[in-house]
Amino acid sequence: MRYDSLLDSLGHTPLVGLPKLSPSGDVRIWAKLEDRNPTGSIKDRPALAMVEEAERDGRLRPGCTILEPTSGNTGIALAMAAKLKGYKLICVMPENTSAERRQLLRMWGAEIVPSPAAGGSNEAVRVAKGLAEQNPDWVLLYQYGNPANAGAHYHGTGPEILADLPTITHFVAGLGTTGTLMGVGRYLREKVPGIEIVAAEPRYDDLIYGLRNLDEGFVPEIYDESVLTTRYSVASADALRRTRELLTTEGIFAGISTGCALHAAIGIATKVHKAGGTADIAFVVADGGWKYLSTGAYEGTLDEAEDRLSGQLWA
Amino acid sequence: MAVQVSIPTILRSYTDGAKSVEGSGETLAALITDLDTRHPGIGDRLLDEGKLRRFVNVYKNDEDVRFLGGLDTELADGDNVTVLPAVAGGMS
Repeated sequence: MRYDSLLDSLGHTPLVGLPKLSPSGDVRIWAKLEDRNPTGSIKDRPALAMVEEAERDGRLRPGCTILEPTSGNTGIALAMAAKLKGYKLICVMPENTSAERRQLLRMWGAEIVPSPAAGGSNEAVRVAKGLAEQNPDWVLLYQYGNPANAGAHYHGTGPEILADLPTITHFVAGLGTTGTLMGVGRYLREKVPGIEIVAAEPRYDDLIYGLRNLDEGFVPEIYDESVLTTRYSVASADALRRTRELLTTEGIFAGISTGCALHAAIGIATKVHKAGGTADIAFVVADGGWKYLSTGAYEGTLDEAEDRLSGQLWA
Repeated sequence: MAVQVSIPTILRSYTDGAKSVEGSGETLAALITDLDTRHPGIGDRLLDEGKLRRFVNVYKNDEDVRFLGGLDTELADGDNVTVLPAVAGGMS
């Protein structure tokens, strides 16, 4: 497949079947390989969409500085796009995200402002909003509240999945900014009667939730509960186990958030299979495992890996 | 009938530091009433004007109760209920 530039090659990722993890020929699980995007994650889609939207509405002009709270993938995608398009990028990132992500960001020329580990992404959002107030000329794209985030999936990911799998019955993805689920979910709900849209939310340990005041929580502005059929909380142990299972049974080397989505997908598949039904379940492989090697997620026993992940934002 | 409830760090001041406590109730609303009798004050931290607080997420056997029937979600013996603060998610 030939493209004029790297940015033009975005999307059109493969949808591959998982013959060994699917319970039967009637209940099938399909993986949307979003690691096959220019910088290796699904975030290339919203990053490019947000940049292009800001260019269209005149907020982004040559030489501008982009600011974004990000635990990694969006930042990496933005860094690449900013480099190619001539913008400066500043990422606010929790200090407990993996070393690979920070190295990649610096490689593409982004500046990193660390935010306290204890607050997780909530804290990164707070710090970024503060910086944006102090620097009104910086452009905060703000993936958590930017409709172009969900729009990228409504116009891209969703139509691609439906074209490859017209018999789809369930769509499962990880819940972060909620952009993937909102965009793909809205598109599929318009096209597929009875479709189920299922969110898989990473459940971290106490270190991440910390002493957060319950009145100061965070729900992304673009989140609309009515798009979802349901939402599961997936513990790190289950996410890790499924990430390894995906590699050993189907050969797919994915990041840990993919294990989170796969856990929910397998749960649904098992339920439908036991009830004697049929299903075509598509779930998202958000990125490959490369950026998580240093977390120790792929080495030793599951218990050891879980201990090593403690206190880290693995998704 | 007993339901195991895991409590987030921020609310453990109500449970003498316990990570997980037992409660009972046919519905989530009844469970919260029961928890509040055993651990006075905890109910107010979960509910606001009779509704789940916006930044409080509650899961029954790992499924978000907001998609199961909210406070009317039915509970059975052996169910696990998890309370968590809403956080900005990962993969972002």
